[in-house]
Amino acid sequence: MYGNDFAPPEDAPGGGLLGEVEAAEAALREAAARARRGGPGPDEDFEAYFADVIDADQKIEPRDWMPEAYRKTLIRQIAQHAHSEIIGMQPEGNWISRAPSLKRKAILLAKVQDEAGHGLYLYAAAETLGISRDELVELLLDGRQKYSSIFNYPTLTWADVGAIGWLVDGAAIVNQVPLCRCSYGPYARAMIRVCKEESFHQRQGYEILHTLAHGTGAQKAMAQDALDRWWYPSLAMFGPPDGDSTHSAQSMAWKIKRFSNDELRQRFVDMCVGQAEVLGLTIPDPGLRWNDERQAYDYTQPDYAELMRVIKGDGPCNRERMAHRQRAHADGAWVREAAVAYAAKRADRKKEKVAA
Amino acid sequence: MLRAPQSRTEGGPVSGVFDFTLALGDDALIAAQRLGEWTTRAPEMEEDIALANIALDQLGAARLLLTYAGELEGAGRDEDDLAFLRDDREFRNCLLVELPNGDFGVTMAKLFFLAAWQLPLYTALAGGGDDRLAAIGAKARKESAYHLDHASLWVKRLGDGTDESHRRMQDAVDQVWPYVHELFTSDPAAPVDPATLRADFDATVAAVLDEATLTRPETRWTPGGGRDGVHTEQLSYLLAEMQVLHRAHPGASW
Repeated sequence: MYGNDFAPPEDAPGGGLLGEVEAAEAALREAAARARRGGPGPDEDFEAYFADVIDADQKIEPRDWMPEAYRKTLIRQIAQHAHSEIIGMQPEGNWISRAPSLKRKAILLAKVQDEAGHGLYLYAAAETLGISRDELVELLLDGRQKYSSIFNYPTLTWADVGAIGWLVDGAAIVNQVPLCRCSYGPYARAMIRVCKEESFHQRQGYEILHTLAHGTGAQKAMAQDALDRWWYPSLAMFGPPDGDSTHSAQSMAWKIKRFSNDELRQRFVDMCVGQAEVLGLTIPDPGLRWNDERQAYDYTQPDYAELMRVIKGDGPCNRERMAHRQRAHADGAWVREAAVAYAAKRADRKKEKVAA
Repeated sequence: MLRAPQSRTEGGPVSGVFDFTLALGDDALIAAQRLGEWTTRAPEMEEDIALANIALDQLGAARLLLTYAGELEGAGRDEDDLAFLRDDREFRNCLLVELPNGDFGVTMAKLFFLAAWQLPLYTALAGGGDDRLAAIGAKARKESAYHLDHASLWVKRLGDGTDESHRRMQDAVDQVWPYVHELFTSDPAAPVDPATLRADFDATVAAVLDEATLTRPETRWTPGGGRDGVHTEQLSYLLAEMQVLHRAHPGASW
């Protein structure tokens, strides 16, 4: 769903965050090449071995022993990420039928399709931890696992498709680039692949807004309105402020997470300011100003009470998004059953042929 | 016969190519629009990806064909003018592609019949005398072969799956079958006369339906009119949705 190197469109691709993805990939290869101890000895303490691997910045692989809490944390995080890709198809998919040109329609279809692909890689990464995709899908459909709250906001105009690309995919990639160095190998590798593809997504969103902001008066107003509505929910994507974040400290120690919520949020704000200027749009924050001492922008925090309400299920579209996914799953049940039955019949016929 | 404002011109070879190219472009565009409606609604995540792929192929072919139609017409219309600024009476697509998606079985029946027609059509175009159409045909026939393969597999899985899927797939075939005949209306002036594709189509359909344990319906009712701009009631709704934003901002760039 997400992708962003944050370079304005006139810049050559590959700078900034995309460069960090490449660096993470190089580090991953290097870690794999370094002589790794061949697993713990028969009398060795598994926990000490796990800690050694993490300390050495090497990767934990599916075959390795890992603390149960590490496994559970990863399953939760990777599954939520996968669910976000799948639910995240809905707000943008909402505009495929009405895209204003055939070129935009093709780009948007391809983008939403990529999100389904990202969902699939991520479910596959989660499956390496000993849980099946079917179980994870059930957890989503029952509401026992969450997806990113941002997708509970509606896409009211075409400019919202641009704002999702620029801001939502942008915020997501700021979150995801450090995950390319996550201690769990399959997740790190999935993130590298996802981040690479997603630089295109951010670019297309930015380009949509750029075209609108340089178009007719009505188009420019549409772009500004989208920025006004998506800015604070995008800031909230980094999660609660550090003091209130429940999972952060342990995840940092395990090198699943590398930066705090507030560090990533600041990084995002600092990147967006210049880009909004190029667009000629105004970030809806009267408190936004450069702080020379901190070498960063001061900005107004999002409404975290609103974030909590949306997480708890009371955002504008929570009910609709869930109902849509549940309906698609239920409507497809007869098709999935038929595929299973057909495969079983084919296998039986093969056996009969072999026996005959 | 009712005639749309942008009606078929009789005779000359250029107008024949224009009408034909426009009709194929409209087929692909409307098929893409319907397939795009499946996004986020498919029975499996893999199928969501596959349907989006096929929609993208159809949309890609539509863009090439409509661009070429606009050039042949010589009135300065580009792909977007043709897609977004014509009314339903000016569209030349077959009725088959505009039919609502229905359940997954109906969508697969529509796709199966469409691909079983588009594959020999694009193949014939690829070897034809019009260079632009030959290039489009050469690209599109590979895609059509995949669409046909994908739809055939589902027709077989659903036809020979469970009792429910068999019933639904047979219903879907029965429901869609009348609309295939329009595809083969003879047009000797066209770069490929659609009537010449029937035998190939029938052979493909018979083989797949047999393996799927499905029955080919008897041919009775054979609705048509799409090539003359006389459509079902559905097309106007489809276009209303597809065109709404483009038309709300006349002259804007996107």
